[in-house]
Amino acid sequence: MKDEVPTTEERVANLKGMGSSRKRVEDVRFTQGRGNYVDDIKLDGMLFGDFVRSPYAHARVTTIHTEEAMKVPGVLAVITAADLEPLGLHWMPTLAGDKQMVLADGKVLFQGQEVAFVVATDRYAAADGVEAVEVDYEELPVVVDPFKAMEPDAPVLREDLEGQTEGAHGPRRHHNHIFTWEQGDKDATEAVMAEADVVAEEMIYYHRTHPSPLETCGSVASMDKVTGKLTLWGTFQAPHAIRTVVSLISGIAEHNIRVISPDIGGGFGNKVGAYAGYVCSVVASIVTGKPVKWVEDRMENLMSTAFARDYWMQGKIAATKEGKITGLWCHTTADHGGFDACADPTKFPAGFMNICTGSYDIPTAYLAVDGVYTNKAPGGVAYRCSFRVTEAAYFIERMIEVLAIKLNMDAAELRRINFIKKEQFPYNSALGWEYDSGDYHTAWDKALNAVGYDDLRAEQAQQLEDFKAGKTRRLMGIGLTHFTEIVGAGPVKNCDILGLGMFDSCEIRIHPTGSAIARLGTISQGQGHATTFAQIIASEIGIPADDITLEEGDTDTAPYGLGTYGSRSTPVAGAATAMAGRKIKAKAQMIAAYLLEVHDDDVEFDVDRFVVKGAPERFKTMKEIAFAAYNQAIPGVEPGLEAVSYYDPPNMTYPFGAYICVLDIDVDTGEAEVRKFYALDDCGTRINPMIIEGQVHGGLTEALAIAMGQEIAYDEMGNNKSATLMDFFIPTSWETPNYETDHTTTPSPHHPIGAKGVGESPNVGGVPCFSNAVHDAFRPFGLTQSHMPHDHWRIWKTANGLGLHS
Amino acid sequence: MSKMHVKLNLNGEEVEGLAEPRTLLIHFLRENLKVTGPHIGCETSHCGACTVDIDGKSVKSCTVFVGQVNGKDVTTVEGLVNDDGSLGIIQEMFREHHGLQCGFCTPGMITRAHRLLQENPNPTEKDIRFGMAGNLCRCTGYQNIVKAIAASADMMNAQKEAAE
Ligand code: FES
Ligand code: FES
Repeated sequence: MKDEVPTTEERVANLKGMGSSRKRVEDVRFTQGRGNYVDDIKLDGMLFGDFVRSPYAHARVTTIHTEEAMKVPGVLAVITAADLEPLGLHWMPTLAGDKQMVLADGKVLFQGQEVAFVVATDRYAAADGVEAVEVDYEELPVVVDPFKAMEPDAPVLREDLEGQTEGAHGPRRHHNHIFTWEQGDKDATEAVMAEADVVAEEMIYYHRTHPSPLETCGSVASMDKVTGKLTLWGTFQAPHAIRTVVSLISGIAEHNIRVISPDIGGGFGNKVGAYAGYVCSVVASIVTGKPVKWVEDRMENLMSTAFARDYWMQGKIAATKEGKITGLWCHTTADHGGFDACADPTKFPAGFMNICTGSYDIPTAYLAVDGVYTNKAPGGVAYRCSFRVTEAAYFIERMIEVLAIKLNMDAAELRRINFIKKEQFPYNSALGWEYDSGDYHTAWDKALNAVGYDDLRAEQAQQLEDFKAGKTRRLMGIGLTHFTEIVGAGPVKNCDILGLGMFDSCEIRIHPTGSAIARLGTISQGQGHATTFAQIIASEIGIPADDITLEEGDTDTAPYGLGTYGSRSTPVAGAATAMAGRKIKAKAQMIAAYLLEVHDDDVEFDVDRFVVKGAPERFKTMKEIAFAAYNQAIPGVEPGLEAVSYYDPPNMTYPFGAYICVLDIDVDTGEAEVRKFYALDDCGTRINPMIIEGQVHGGLTEALAIAMGQEIAYDEMGNNKSATLMDFFIPTSWETPNYETDHTTTPSPHHPIGAKGVGESPNVGGVPCFSNAVHDAFRPFGLTQSHMPHDHWRIWKTANGLGLHS
Repeated sequence: MSKMHVKLNLNGEEVEGLAEPRTLLIHFLRENLKVTGPHIGCETSHCGACTVDIDGKSVKSCTVFVGQVNGKDVTTVEGLVNDDGSLGIIQEMFREHHGLQCGFCTPGMITRAHRLLQENPNPTEKDIRFGMAGNLCRCTGYQNIVKAIAASADMMNAQKEAAE
């Protein structure tokens, strides 16, 4: 019966461990409508809260009349700042060291700001109550332009900060100034600029946009007056941090708070911050003694929670005549809206914008970022991004193109001669990062070959000739991007949020029969953690992934962690998972050696078992070892088989990629049609190729949206012009292209399994790639820079401005 | 506000309830009947997360009042599961081809795909992309959704052939 003994390959396949495109375990629930999202939660006697919001972008709130609202059937309470003040909850701290009004405290600073919270028996009654609240406003002058906000006589937005010359990140030099953050060597960079053969200069604007996951933000708070325990369900990308914050601001002891992130319908950074709705649902539950649900609608989502980007990046790039880059200079004006509610590690007020030297060996660089208040919504979150790396990548990838134009060089070649070389890793960048590993030249050549770059350029030249000869009205654009990401925040020595170190965690318990449960400090929002983290454990300790339950998001059961955003789950929690697995393996080795009656060192791990070295027929499977851990008295070994690991990463990880986009532009309609998109990603060790590919497709589509039409726009009065899905562009299946994916594998040298993280790469690399393609189409006509989003109207205007319609 | 009596056939079963006439079908399904498969992504008829099937047509259930479906047949994603509780073909193909990530759009997607394949059992990629354009997904980039629907069509056709 020889063929009944499984081969090594069969045993490996049976584990469905790392590298396998294991089907997702989550999908069985989701495909039949059995997910459990926040709005699916229904508790006995649950009430519903809804906000009265400001129609003005800047106004004094003089009176709030609640009497009529209280007469509306079903309305039980109307909460205003005056009610919150005695509890000290009318303002809350932001993640960026600023504070933010929970409910309007005397004035409003952006359209859509929360003014009062109406609590009623159901969502219809709450909406009726909102209608019945009358608010008296006195309009104030509005500032939506961050440059005007910094003029000497600009209106004072944050009266609460008047006279404060010191902010959370150093001196403030103007009443609407938040911080200045400087990195690199200013004098040396200016000297390089002064002496360079060539300096290209450009203002690169990355417009304001919004993560808008399909599920909006919401929470359900339930205060149990008998036990004194608060349970808070919510759309939280960082449930443990939310528990700590709730405890700190409410005074409720942390052990009396249980925060649960159930299934989350997409996050993309929208669900990292703390919002007024969360606080108000908690207060309302305490006040009424009933569970209270708050769920924002789409308009509220787009108007009030978590915008992203809005960076004005003035750049200079210096090079030799031959195209060797000698220096990079950048001054950014960052529009933060009415409150600084960015979600960045404390020491990085502009996130990781200082990764803006990108994939290039740039010896000298300087970056300064000025944060500014305006009458717009607060946020500045990392929308599918690791803390402003999207802005940084867009900046450098545009500057490279601008330089290529100035040098009259091919942009692919310009990149190639400036890439950091493989042998230079670990590479110390001029702005202070240590890149862990990379092989950019290999990836670049693979990408150019895959698309037939030279042929594409020849075809483009032909099409240009045809265009000039009047044979076609279409221009062809070839977009190039080589991006370097910085993810996996991060080392506790320099990364914290509100003082909480950015480690992450995993706890694994092996059951007597050899199956297991693992709990992590992170929370999936669609990334498939229940599938992939089980794969890491399967490979590490030899238990089939199908036999491992994975849980996240319940602070009463999961170990403390900082959550999921900034592509940190795999780099940080994934490492913790591997390390916890290794602790279990170490104990299993002792148990196996005891059972096999040999010394610990005489057994070795083999896929799903420990074997006696040199005698593979003598072995104990993990299943047998698990059982022994619970039923044998093993001298010197405690019963049970479980481990927990809190992983503090020694460094960030640096995934990278080479993207190429080909599109055709109709100069008369301004329409751009993506003909081809090739994406090569290097995210180190690949855990589940199917899921990686899915992440790339999704991230590229968000990039397509941002580059080609998605925008949070305001008029001069501070009216949000893009607060519905009618005006805010989300691509449908019709305008989304098919993508070709590819990869190289350069493992991270410091990560236990070599993985780097991938969820955000396609957004980081995709936006400059689409945008560069549009620019490239117009390059022969003298275009160096036109701001995103490249919607039909703007492309038409560009063509018109270049005289292509005459 | 006074309530009206509503009766409909939901996923093959007669159900009834009381609701204010202004209640939208999506809220009636989710709040009154606790059928939480259909989701709310916008309440303005743009996203399709709330898509259900009413008398053989795809409808965004945030666009109709509950009174408008009185006496009608309504199918939600919960109703597309096989009688033995296993996943239906489209559901299985979404899983097979990684046609979902966060899963929030998925019930609407699958319900819409179900109707699309009834209307057009042999869709081209273009037909699928056009026919699904009323349903937004923020996670997948649609490529695998399109694949899953094409695979569902093939499988359904093969099953039909085998039965004939
Ligand atoms: S909730 Fe009905 S279409 Fe979006
Ligand atoms: S899977 Fe998340 S919106 Fe489609």
